[in-house]
Amino acid sequence: MSPKKIDFLNILIGALALGVMFFIYFPMAIVVLYSFNPETVNAFPMRGFSLKWYETMAQNQSLLNSLKISGLIGIFGTLMALVIGTMGALAMNKFNFKLKRTFERIVLLPITLPGILTGVAMLSFFPLLGISISLKAVVIGHTTFLICLVVTQVYARLKRLDPYLEEAAADLGSTPWQTFWRVTLPNIKTAMIGSALLAFTLSLDEIPITFFLTAQDNTLPIEIYAMLRRGITPEVNAISTLIFVLSLVALVLSVKYGERETKIV
Amino acid sequence: MKLKPTFYFLFMPLALWMLVFLVLPYGQVFVQSFYTVDDFGTLQPAFSLDSYQRFFTKELYYKTLFKTFGLSLIVTAVALLLSVPLAYYIAFKATSNKTLLYTLIILPLWVSYIVRAYAWKTILGSAGILNSFLMYVGLINSPIEVLLYSDLSVVIGMVHIYTPFVLMPIYTAFEQIPVSLVEASKDLGASRLRTFLNIVLPLSLPGIIAGGTFAFVLSLGDFLAPILLGGSNTLFIATIFQNMFGTSNDKPLGSAIGIVLLVVVLVVLELSARGERKYSSLTSR
Repeated sequence: MSPKKIDFLNILIGALALGVMFFIYFPMAIVVLYSFNPETVNAFPMRGFSLKWYETMAQNQSLLNSLKISGLIGIFGTLMALVIGTMGALAMNKFNFKLKRTFERIVLLPITLPGILTGVAMLSFFPLLGISISLKAVVIGHTTFLICLVVTQVYARLKRLDPYLEEAAADLGSTPWQTFWRVTLPNIKTAMIGSALLAFTLSLDEIPITFFLTAQDNTLPIEIYAMLRRGITPEVNAISTLIFVLSLVALVLSVKYGERETKIV
Repeated sequence: MKLKPTFYFLFMPLALWMLVFLVLPYGQVFVQSFYTVDDFGTLQPAFSLDSYQRFFTKELYYKTLFKTFGLSLIVTAVALLLSVPLAYYIAFKATSNKTLLYTLIILPLWVSYIVRAYAWKTILGSAGILNSFLMYVGLINSPIEVLLYSDLSVVIGMVHIYTPFVLMPIYTAFEQIPVSLVEASKDLGASRLRTFLNIVLPLSLPGIIAGGTFAFVLSLGDFLAPILLGGSNTLFIATIFQNMFGTSNDKPLGSAIGIVLLVVVLVVLELSARGERKYSSLTSR
């Protein structure tokens, strides 16, 4: 092989990779850039620099309200999913039962099936349970798909855990409760934090289920969607930029925990 | 097995939750698909195949399903074509900034769906950034209207939104290929292309199948990108489905469409799971 030929191939692959990276990031860069646009129309070239859309955004009460609603739903949904999911993962790891395989697949359904189907299914059934279409329904809907994130991540971690650790703790005279707090929990803590971060972020972003289950109270993405349907408002650029920055922080945090996790193991 | 009460205590909340809030709702959609509606749009319990019959005989419905299937396949194919070179570059070519590059490809997964769809609306609109740029540099005199609110804009938006879902599993598959295999192939005189086609590609098939399935299933069920980027000119099956529970208010027909969509998705998932198993046995042997 001549070195010249290798160079050509390398350059081609590098150029393609760069092109795809550009395709992925270009739209987001545009949104961030145009959040500082002094004009109402997002056109090229941008004339000047202004923070006025951030001011408009800060005064948009319904947008701020939707942010609060999203935050609360995210927190409630994540916490409930964390408790129910971790308990379930512990049970699935420790015990064998009939239909375990089937159950493992059912738990995965909310993330594998299109959200729109799950949303409509809940819309059709929740009123029969006496749960009206409201934020309560949204929290239940979110919890259902967040649970499967927690179950899969915590279950995967538990499977890698040495089962003799818990036996050793029992042999040394600790009660099951003590074993859980002192042996099991510290070992699955990072998986729980990681899945909670992911769950919270996904809850903030969730649209299809929320779309069908909410009455008048909009979550942040639904509010943005409503703003877009009313016509493009440049303040969407500003709120999008903020969401982008928040996502970045969440990702950096989760990568940080991810690294710590590999150090322990 | 002596800790039975512990098991029930730990397991019951999850099992009950999934039964009541997931399995039964899906069951309700199934039952509802056989119901009928009266003139006021109120559900009437019945056992009627009317909704399914309407779905499969009315052109608008079944043609939209086929069209959605076709466009989702295009989205999947393009997302795969984009993902392979980037994943290949990061897995095999990048040396110093691997962690940074990896973080960069998973970051879009954390960025809001609505933000990414909106970004394309800004770029492709008739007064948008692409058109005004092309007019500014003098390539066109009047805006190209078909950029937004067409099948094209929906496909572009979906490719952008779902490519990171494809990138992840393909990158992971590339990473798991033993370097020794690639080197052995080269030592035996195979060209780079041949090594890629005969060694790298077959070994990464499970990842490629997984990624393609993600993109395909997500596109099939997407109703927001068609509304935001396709407007009234593009109809996806999910849009019709959503409409039946909104303005059209025909829940039995909507449920029937939902069941058809569910069956399609489950078949795709099952085929893909079989494909993944078949090709991952290649690696383990």
